Amino acid sequence: MIDIDIKKELHGADGKMLLDINLHIKKSEFIAISGESGSGKSTLLRVLAGLEKADGKIVVGDEVWLDKYISLAPQKRKIGFVFQDYALFSNMTILDNLLFVKKDIELAKYLLYVTELIELKDRFPESLSGGQKQRVSLCRALMNRPKLLLMDEPLSALDPVMRMKLQNEILTLHREFNITTIMVSHDPSEIYRLANRVVVLNLGKIINIGTPKEILLKTSGSQKFSFEGELLDIVRVDVIYIAIIAIGQQIVEIVISKQEKNRLKIGDTIRVSTKAFSPNIC
Amino acid sequence: MDSLDFSPFWLSFKLATLTTIILFIISLPLAWYLSQTKSRIKPIFEAITALPIVLPPSVLGFYILVGLSQNSPIGSFLKDSFDIELIFNFSGLVVASCVYSMPFMVQPLQSGFESLNRDMLEASYIAGKSQIVTIFRVALPNIKPALLTATIITFAHTVGEFGVVLMVGGNIPNETKVASVAIYEMVETMDYSSAHIYSAIMVIISFIVLLLVYLFNNRERFP
Repeated sequence: MIDIDIKKELHGADGKMLLDINLHIKKSEFIAISGESGSGKSTLLRVLAGLEKADGKIVVGDEVWLDKYISLAPQKRKIGFVFQDYALFSNMTILDNLLFVKKDIELAKYLLYVTELIELKDRFPESLSGGQKQRVSLCRALMNRPKLLLMDEPLSALDPVMRMKLQNEILTLHREFNITTIMVSHDPSEIYRLANRVVVLNLGKIINIGTPKEILLKTSGSQKFSFEGELLDIVRVDVIYIAIIAIGQQIVEIVISKQEKNRLKIGDTIRVSTKAFSPNIC
Repeated sequence: MDSLDFSPFWLSFKLATLTTIILFIISLPLAWYLSQTKSRIKPIFEAITALPIVLPPSVLGFYILVGLSQNSPIGSFLKDSFDIELIFNFSGLVVASCVYSMPFMVQPLQSGFESLNRDMLEASYIAGKSQIVTIFRVALPNIKPALLTATIITFAHTVGEFGVVLMVGGNIPNETKVASVAIYEMVETMDYSSAHIYSAIMVIISFIVLLLVYLFNNRERFP
């Protein structure tokens, strides 16, 4: 549905670099773009939005957005864009932020209702929390029923609880509106929860592409799972030792041997992995 | 006191109002362009618009006088094609004031536009809105303090101008004799009491206007 084949010279931290992306996206797909900072992720989104120039081709459905002769203005691309810093219109109320995009009061109220913002509709963006602002931004991006929704690290400024809540809302809205979505994200759990496919960029090139499972599972050899976490405590229960470890937002307990106990100290960063059903710590 | 003629004040405020309106219309697109462009010629434009700040009003006045006189190509063109003369009359003063006060309109607007969150403007483009809609619905409402500063300072600066007015307009009652020129004339003719009254009025009005600007801007910043 979307064919992207673009080239653009970038001036990164390590001098010149060529953003060279060739990607085919199917309708209603949810693509996550990941990669180190400076790898060209945001630029790719901006090129897709028409906010930056590039050489090459972008074809969306039967519409050419970019080729040798055409470069459609952002106004004509029918996209939704969610910025990392929300970028709400601070002179307008929440409802007006949505209606500015399109005078569709039904849709605006529906979106605010789904995202539990309807009570705040007459407030100004300044008085909202980060999570609320980003939900407004998401609603606003959906107001013109875009063909393509672009999100540039939409949740990276939010706390974990708010992230999770917004991830669910994004997922709900994505299913409902069926919008092809491209999201830049660094958060593996977010990518796993939301995306069908992950594109990993490095220095402007795609270095890996596949399902979140294929790309994100950081296991090697016969390991079935592997997490990084922080050792919070070691307690002795009868003859065994139990390590209490914070992995992401979760606290888990894992049985360890006496030798392992002696090697570890509280506060260590450790990797928890398992082969079959026997977890071990290293 | 009975003979005090307030028409120079009236003329000053008429001139300042017209100048402010015309400059706003001219400067808005210019300031917007300067705030958004990455072009290499931007510094040239910026330098030209800032020139009136550093040039002595007499230099500026002299060039405007020469440029608009009927001996110059511009002056003779205006005279021949439209029968317009811009020397020693009110219209000429308006043109001269627009040149003289331009930086005071352009610079606050430009820095106001530059301070805007670029993503916010881009969000408007993505929402399908043109630059013009974006300027009026998004950009301007978000730079109210800069907007107020630009218009008030332009107005006040035009009321306060002297050298350019004298060079281009002369001292014709009800035509080019604005308040500052009138005060100069009073001093020349040793009419100190009238000069005192005129000057005091200027000081009071200027102070009140500036006070209102700062009050408003403070309220915008710390609501």
